[in-house]
Amino acid sequence: MATLEIRDLHVTVEADNATKEILKGVDLTVKQGETHAIMGPNGSGKSTLAYSLAGHPKYTITGGTVTLDGEDVIEMSVDERARAGLFLAMQYPVEVPGVSVSNFLRTSATAIRGEAPKLRTWVKEVKEAMERLNMDPAFAERNVNEGFSGGEKKRHEILQLELLKPKIAILDETDSGLDVDALRVVSEGVNRVRESGEVGTLLITHYTRILRYIKPDHVHVFAGGRIVESGGPELADKLENEGYEAYTKGGASE
Amino acid sequence: MADAQNAPVGSTTAGSIAVAAESTVATRMSAPPSFDVADFPVPHGREEEWRFTPLARLRGLHDGTATAAGDGVKVTVDAPEGVTVESVGREDARLGRAGKPVDRVAAQAYSAFEQATVVTVPKETVLTEPVRVQVAGQGGTCFAHTVVELGAFAEAVVVMDHSGDAVYAGNVEYVLGDGAKLTVVSVQDWDEKAVHAGQHNALVGRDATFKSVVVTFGGDVVRLHPRVEYAAPGGEAELFGLYFTDQGQHQEHRLFVDHNIPHCKSNVVYKGALQGEQAHAVWIGDVLIEAAAEGTDTYEMNRNLVLTDGARVDSVPNLEIETGEIVGAGHASATGRFDDEQLFYLMARGIPEYEARRLVVRGFFAELVQQIGVADIEERLLAKIDEELEAAVA
Repeated sequence: MATLEIRDLHVTVEADNATKEILKGVDLTVKQGETHAIMGPNGSGKSTLAYSLAGHPKYTITGGTVTLDGEDVIEMSVDERARAGLFLAMQYPVEVPGVSVSNFLRTSATAIRGEAPKLRTWVKEVKEAMERLNMDPAFAERNVNEGFSGGEKKRHEILQLELLKPKIAILDETDSGLDVDALRVVSEGVNRVRESGEVGTLLITHYTRILRYIKPDHVHVFAGGRIVESGGPELADKLENEGYEAYTKGGASE
Repeated sequence: MADAQNAPVGSTTAGSIAVAAESTVATRMSAPPSFDVADFPVPHGREEEWRFTPLARLRGLHDGTATAAGDGVKVTVDAPEGVTVESVGREDARLGRAGKPVDRVAAQAYSAFEQATVVTVPKETVLTEPVRVQVAGQGGTCFAHTVVELGAFAEAVVVMDHSGDAVYAGNVEYVLGDGAKLTVVSVQDWDEKAVHAGQHNALVGRDATFKSVVVTFGGDVVRLHPRVEYAAPGGEAELFGLYFTDQGQHQEHRLFVDHNIPHCKSNVVYKGALQGEQAHAVWIGDVLIEAAAEGTDTYEMNRNLVLTDGARVDSVPNLEIETGEIVGAGHASATGRFDDEQLFYLMARGIPEYEARRLVVRGFFAELVQQIGVADIEERLLAKIDEELEAAVA
């Protein structure tokens, strides 16, 4: 069973000619089949955690370990991490001019699966996945994220999640900027992948709204660059009622 | 192709649309067009037409110090049956009809060549195989002149392939009879030290169709002037270009479409990728719609993809309109970067770095490559793009 283990993770970022520590000792274990929600106020370091795990060059890991099934993730390049089974659905997916969605998806699937998917089954697979996400087939011929609306970008991220079937999926504020209908469609996509029981999900969010559609097994409160409280789904209800105030003042905050 | 809205991230546009009483395309040149090199002052580098060019690397083509020497180039013409290939003297009446040299180097070439090559496709002859002209540099300095003439309703594809090492100043004329269809592919695949300057003049007859594909990969300095004029109404010109500018290379394409005749069309699309320190691409796109040219339909576009730091693009579209009675006129220029965020996004989907670059560059060129219509050139081009990218990774 795939397990992502994060131990005492410290991460810095260079900003304004100064080195700033953003993550200050994160401990978390995500197993296949589990869904963890990470909730926290803006600026708490949630997205830094997501991008550090994916290997974004902006972030420097200064301490701690990250392993996937015992393999050292920190030593891996960005593409190696993806091929090892990590997937990051990005909050702000970037435009890639000149590369069509269909070409991109196929190249990606070929890299992740280790061989090119058979064309006939692949076309069907993509078409069906797009239908489930209420995506227009014409979408496949557009350039990656170019001119996409916020909702289209998120659907495209979840489309990739469904096609690439990672061991661990990190969803970075996938709910942000979505209206209720889009949120429902995107959440259903995530749930289809979860129902396979083969993915461990790390759901990073600011709001509890998405947790009405995607039920977490564990909820963690993130503040000041680390997890400050962990609990079951009831912790989300508490945050819904009380907000993050208790965590952003006093000892838990910076 | 109206995909100007597909401008890459970080695009910038530059240029101007002017409605002018008198064309500045001509007046901003330092001398009027002429066949005689003596009519042009030696450029010092600050002239409008020379300001982007590294004169010191032209190996004397611009100041008269370059003289024909060594073996120059070896020219081989492989023409299908029905095509006439001649080597003619300077006085031949068929030379110089498509336009005069517009700068000193082109005039130098015209003043210095000894024999010209004339390729003639007789009227109503439709070729099924391309005419292939190999210009193989032998390390020397060479001045050349080539004329390709298609009689009325003739159809031909001409591939001009430049390779090897040379200091080469060569002009080419394309003369299209009424209803003729000519596709010409000029490939600059020179060795890294070569210098190539030249002017390509097309004179497009009534209802004739001219398609030019300029592909520039190699050489130290390549500086070309693809130019079009119309002899009668109904002419169409498509000018396509692809360039891949590497570390230290200077590749300059200066286009001019002169809509001097009513009811003609032109479409210009040039795309370039750049990588490496001091890679420098220059694209000048001048389109002039003269007062007489009612019913003109024209569009020009230049797009550049900058793959690494240290590369530079100068892209200057310039559209001058002397009559408002036209079908359409537009231009666009966009230069985008393949940046770290794009690379991260593709790699985060399992795609290795080299493959990610290849995906982006191939995608960038794909629509243009498909327009060439000469299968072996298309394949060679894609292979060449891969080769360039591999060289950069290594």
